[in-house]
Amino acid sequence: MVFDIVITSLIKGSTYAMLAIGFSLIFGVARIVNIAHTAFYMVAAYCIFYTTTQLGFNPFFAIIAAVALVTLLGLITFKLLIAPIREHEAAVLIATIALAIALQEVMMILFTGDYRSVPALIPGFATIMGVKVFYQQLLTFVSVLVVLGLMWLFLLHTKLGLAIRATAQDREVANLVGMNESQVAMLAMGISVGLAGVTGAVLAPLTIVEPHMWNHPLAMMLAVVVLGGLGSIKGSLYAAFILGTAEALVVFLIPAGAYLKGAVALSIMVFVLLVRPAGLFGVQFEEER
Amino acid sequence: MKKIRSYWVILLVCALALTVSVPAWAKDTIKIGVIGPMQFVQGKGHWNGAVMAMEEINAAGGVNVGGKKMKIELVQADSNEFLNVTDATNAMELLMTRHKVDFVVGGFRTEAVMAMQDIAMEYKKIFFGAGAAHPELCLRVAQDYDTYKYFFRAAPFNSNYLVRSSFLHLQFVAGILKSQLNIPNMKVAIVAEKAMWADPMVTAAEGVIPKFGMEVAGVWRPSPVATDVTAELSAIQRSGAQVIFTIFSSSVGIPFARQAGELKIPAVQVGINVEAQKDSFWEATQGQGNYIFTMNTYSREVEQNELTAPFVNAYVERFGETPTYTADTYAAIKHSLVTAIEKAGTLNADKLVEVIRDQVVKTPTGVVQYMKDDQGRYLHELTWGPGYLLGLGVQWQDGKMAGVWPNKFKASAEAPEISYTGMVDYIIPPWVAEAYKK
Repeated sequence: MVFDIVITSLIKGSTYAMLAIGFSLIFGVARIVNIAHTAFYMVAAYCIFYTTTQLGFNPFFAIIAAVALVTLLGLITFKLLIAPIREHEAAVLIATIALAIALQEVMMILFTGDYRSVPALIPGFATIMGVKVFYQQLLTFVSVLVVLGLMWLFLLHTKLGLAIRATAQDREVANLVGMNESQVAMLAMGISVGLAGVTGAVLAPLTIVEPHMWNHPLAMMLAVVVLGGLGSIKGSLYAAFILGTAEALVVFLIPAGAYLKGAVALSIMVFVLLVRPAGLFGVQFEEER
Repeated sequence: MKKIRSYWVILLVCALALTVSVPAWAKDTIKIGVIGPMQFVQGKGHWNGAVMAMEEINAAGGVNVGGKKMKIELVQADSNEFLNVTDATNAMELLMTRHKVDFVVGGFRTEAVMAMQDIAMEYKKIFFGAGAAHPELCLRVAQDYDTYKYFFRAAPFNSNYLVRSSFLHLQFVAGILKSQLNIPNMKVAIVAEKAMWADPMVTAAEGVIPKFGMEVAGVWRPSPVATDVTAELSAIQRSGAQVIFTIFSSSVGIPFARQAGELKIPAVQVGINVEAQKDSFWEATQGQGNYIFTMNTYSREVEQNELTAPFVNAYVERFGETPTYTADTYAAIKHSLVTAIEKAGTLNADKLVEVIRDQVVKTPTGVVQYMKDDQGRYLHELTWGPGYLLGLGVQWQDGKMAGVWPNKFKASAEAPEISYTGMVDYIIPPWVAEAYKK
């Protein structure tokens, strides 16, 4: 059972990490709480469903199309919806909630509430230490590592990455030294939403494609980023695996209470916040308010 | 002159009073509200079944109400009950107050139907529930008849009978596994979504399965909307269960079937999986739902009686899919309600209740007769069993939903064999057969 718990924790954790990294990035850089992050993930999943099953696209081309479309949608959203109200964090939060619901309703009109599915990129499963794991789940795990690696390279070894880090540290100073903070934020938004698209592409074969599929991941993603510390990618990564482990423990140790796995994970988040209000790796932003 | 004006006023007041107090007087149509989650398959079933009933009845000239032919008019109400029970109660209120319907059919989630039931009862409107299975809906009728007598169950039969049917299916499949794979100690994993209707079924299953000579390997209660159940499946495989007894009415039935099929979990699934009752199940599981067994109401090839094929074929032709049990709004309107209206010759709800509760009507799924409880009180609950409604057991076999039960079923040693037309043999999934081959 120990192996089951360990492997399930890693798989679950990587799923949540995929969602949380992009959200953390845009919050860390631009202080934008993008509640529509998982709604973009939902749009990507529908895009893949539509292009593969209705238009007959190769799944890889479908993923590229989905990520491109969702990134474009994210950039338009930033320009038209978020940028004008960026200075009011609460307004951004409410606007992105409204956007998420609007996207949900659009999908409901286009595809109805019927449950859809997309085929796995790599069908089949591997048996690791007696535990059956989908290749698609392994792909998710690998994707997290690849995304983290690319993010590390981008943020630490490129000029744009430096600009993003500078903006994340202090927006006003970054502006004063000549950086176009607004463009940096837009770039971060593009990357963040693009990551939501990639997440949709990787996770869609493991879930049901339906208009409300963004709700549960949103709750878990918020739990991860709050537990890890708002804006901290490293914190999100740790928190994702902590919550993944909590869920696995519930399913394996209290099978009749398997439905409580989400509630238990969220309770852990609340408990940690009581002890460390800024989360595991969070920064106190009081001085900015 | 003054006198004439007074007469006019009196006449107008009388006319107004008559119009308000006897709404059927000047009416040419019978308004039936169809309430359900219209953005989802269940609600579409409610609506489609009702539309078919309306079209057939109106095409035949309408309903004979005491010598006057009246057409049926449907009013659609989206209860959105999967997401919000308040939406459901608002939708029911609108049917009552704005649309002023005469009758209501539909409802799906017990939690929502109970709230909608209260509203319909308050307005004294006959409400045929065509989706929720909890016994409480009809226990209310027996316990407070004056208030709840306007509620009748149309489909499915209540969860106590659903579980009894499922136990018959479990014994049927376990018998085949025992005889073909020679498994001496059968282990059963109970997997039920966490929902009100499933709670009594889990308790019953835990009690009954050992009496069948099988062991309960464990109980798993995933969320009704869980999308990843690989952890549960790993734990079930570790438990050594050869049979998974499923109790699902929500979306979790799709990932559970799909992921179990993809992971080749060496256990057969039998029980209730509402998602597997739909044609879309095959596509939704990417074909991994092969060999899933579920209780069902209709299957394209199966005929319970002479009314089944005409209804199923017409439904498939009209809507392009096999009807599910929420489409029993068709039978509720055409066979139960209209028969009663024509017999009573009125739309008066109190008079109709007295007819419906005692009438026996044949429907495409069997014979509908409402039962009484142990104390002889009216329950307005569907009678279950041979000769009445028994349900079907279907198995997905290479993309087709095939009827496999009842096939030479005997309710007791002396009882006659029951087989519906179009039954085929149950197939053990090849990877399960492989895993237990001696």
